[in-house]
Amino acid sequence: MPLVHLLRSGEGFVPPSTNDFNLPPVIAGNEYTTKPILLVFLSVLMISVFFIMASRKAAIVPSKLQFAGESIYGFVRNDLARDNIGHDFMRFVPYLFTLFTFILTNNIFGIVPLLQFPAMSHVSFPYVLAIFTFITFHYIGIRKQGIRKYMKDIMFMPGVPKAAYILLTPLELATFFIVRPLTLSLRLFANMFAGHLLLLVFILGGDHLLKGVIGLKLISPFAFAFGIGLTFFEFMVQCLQAYIFTLLTALYIAGALADEH
Amino acid sequence: MHVINLAAENANPLIPHTAELIVGAIAFTLLFLVLRSKVVPMFEKAFTARTEAIQGGIERAEKAQLEAQRALAQYNEQLSKAREESQTMREEARAHGVAIVEELRAKAQEEAARITASAHASIEAERQQAITSLRNEVGTIAIELASKIVGEALDDQARQSRVVDRFLDDLEKSK
Repeated sequence: MPLVHLLRSGEGFVPPSTNDFNLPPVIAGNEYTTKPILLVFLSVLMISVFFIMASRKAAIVPSKLQFAGESIYGFVRNDLARDNIGHDFMRFVPYLFTLFTFILTNNIFGIVPLLQFPAMSHVSFPYVLAIFTFITFHYIGIRKQGIRKYMKDIMFMPGVPKAAYILLTPLELATFFIVRPLTLSLRLFANMFAGHLLLLVFILGGDHLLKGVIGLKLISPFAFAFGIGLTFFEFMVQCLQAYIFTLLTALYIAGALADEH
Repeated sequence: MHVINLAAENANPLIPHTAELIVGAIAFTLLFLVLRSKVVPMFEKAFTARTEAIQGGIERAEKAQLEAQRALAQYNEQLSKAREESQTMREEARAHGVAIVEELRAKAQEEAARITASAHASIEAERQQAITSLRNEVGTIAIELASKIVGEALDDQARQSRVVDRFLDDLEKSK
């Protein structure tokens, strides 16, 4: 620790670490006022206001605002829910729509000037979402088929030789109850975490180079340029991750609704 | 900032924070309730209305087209019927005209024949009359002449008539 302290207060560059993700609360001592929590509340407010405004008139010929809202809603409704779940998809549209907009907005906060922090890089939020998805698809699967048939279908995949169950049953159980929620949350978390870390490296690095000797000052713009380039890349990743999380949730729901896995 | 960072424990990023779990769950649920109750029904309403508007438009257009086709067929039928009718009428008129002309001709011929016949009859009657009156007159004149020549009156009817006939025969022979 003293060495680290010395390095940070001295001339040397300290690369950003996991600690950079744990900013102090806005109100000292109140752990409910940290940046990610405030951002999550802000996202809820922004999404609600935007979509309520966009959908308020529900006109046949949409305004620009309504069209924008409808495009996002229609994408989730048609491309994610309907195309994957099938005829009973309307029941799940509100959940998938919330999931997509919530993740997307909080991800994009990572590159919005001044906010610049993806709340999903705090693993708690992806955990919560994964738990919701986990509960949802198991619940509807059990309700649709009954707990006995549902568990039987998971553990004893139909159309497989009996001997294969020695291998398949533990794998299937692990897939449905551990791997799915875990990968769902960790994929989102890790992407946001790594992306933010990358941006920090190049932007803080560029900043540090600027304070150095003249030769380093000249290199600094390249670090910033790379940081900006990465920002665009991050935007793509942020959209993609929101899409993947929602798509997988839709697929899991579709699987639970299907008669055979 | 760096000092504070150092003060915080070197946190494992995979360990969730209780506060964030609670906030995440509440915030997400809140958003879910808002979107489900306020946004999704409105968008669905707009979608349904749009679908209905488009479908209604298509149905209306189809109906109008059907109507137009029906009207066209009707007009065509009426037109052909009218044409047929006019054709029939023209033929009828022609036939009628021919009949009239024929009739008139027949009537005229009949009239001509009648006039000719009556003229013949009247000529014949006049001729007969002329013959009779001529015969009487010639008889009288001849008798008068003969009595003057002979000097005797031929009172006897039979003789008179015989004399006249002989005279006429002679007259005809000498002709």
